[in-house]
Amino acid sequence: MSVPSQLDRRAAVAALLKNRKDMLVISGLGSPTYDLHAAGDRDDNFYLWGAMGGAALIGLGLAQAQPSKRVLALTGDGEQLMGLGGIATIGVARPRNLDIVVIDNQHFGETGMQASHTGGGVDLTAIAAACGFAATGTMRTIEQVQRLAAQIAEPADGPRLFVIKVLAENPPRSLPSRDAVFIKNRFRAHLGFAAA
Amino acid sequence: MHSPQSHLEPHASDDWSSKLYRVLKAADVRQMSYVPDAGHSQLIRLFSADRDVTSNVLTTEEEGIAIAAGAWLGGQRSVLLMQSSGVGNCINMLSLPAIGRFPLLMLVTMRGEWAEFNPWQVPMSRATQPSLEAIGLKVMRAESAEDLVETVESAAALAYEADQQIAVLIGQRLIGKKKW
Repeated sequence: MSVPSQLDRRAAVAALLKNRKDMLVISGLGSPTYDLHAAGDRDDNFYLWGAMGGAALIGLGLAQAQPSKRVLALTGDGEQLMGLGGIATIGVARPRNLDIVVIDNQHFGETGMQASHTGGGVDLTAIAAACGFAATGTMRTIEQVQRLAAQIAEPADGPRLFVIKVLAENPPRSLPSRDAVFIKNRFRAHLGFAAA
Repeated sequence: MHSPQSHLEPHASDDWSSKLYRVLKAADVRQMSYVPDAGHSQLIRLFSADRDVTSNVLTTEEEGIAIAAGAWLGGQRSVLLMQSSGVGNCINMLSLPAIGRFPLLMLVTMRGEWAEFNPWQVPMSRATQPSLEAIGLKVMRAESAEDLVETVESAAALAYEADQQIAVLIGQRLIGKKKW
């Protein structure tokens, strides 16, 4: 079994995004979407409320369309476990401007806190490394997350995947708009594209 | 995974594939993603050799739905190529373009409906159109090469200019009988 973490997820995400500048952020359904919203609602956030497994791959399409911008897919262990094949697809595509950060509480927090596969010892960073990612790492303290925040702002040679181990708890929901058309149009307008 | 379909009769695919490539280029498609498929092999080769298009090989079809949404967020048009057997993998991910009104164009070669040798392809073939329609996609279908080119041209306009979610089904008869 993996070592339990004491890191607060909201504090970790706030520290990760403190100096994100013009980084584009996609969040996976459930708590990562609430965590991203709690860190501050922005036009360059795209929140998923469904489409489980898709956050990192939306990040890939976005990174390929916007190669001069840094793209972050902020997701949970349950969502990324559903999208394991996507790690292989991203490894082959090898975008230089995409990072995946997994907020890992080692549980399926939305559905009753059953232990997830990462709680059972599955290591997403090792999977990403085996798929050819340029860098991987696991963070367990706020100081490590602060160093990661600086690292993901810098250019990379390929995609990177980092796991932040957090305490298994459900803080109060912080709810962004559920209107996907609105969030989509707001995001595109931020990049200079007219709403259709 | 899908069965290989590598020995097609020579009568069809090269010609319509080249025409589809030109139609999609004229529609300013900048990303293509695919699960390997013999019916699409010529189109996959043409896009993969095109430095103005980013091509992604997928491990499963629903990845391409998410990639297409990301591409649109970033201002690019994406097309997704697959077999009918892969449609079953996509249903939940299709919630994303349906609820977000993201443009989506899927080109789906049919299996299990015409001179098919593999009975395991038949149930998903039967379920392809109703499943897509149940999640909210518009389904268009072509049975001849001429019809296919016009259909894809129309589907591309509907998808990228009118924000529609469209699957074009390419009849198995059009692709040709598999020879083993």
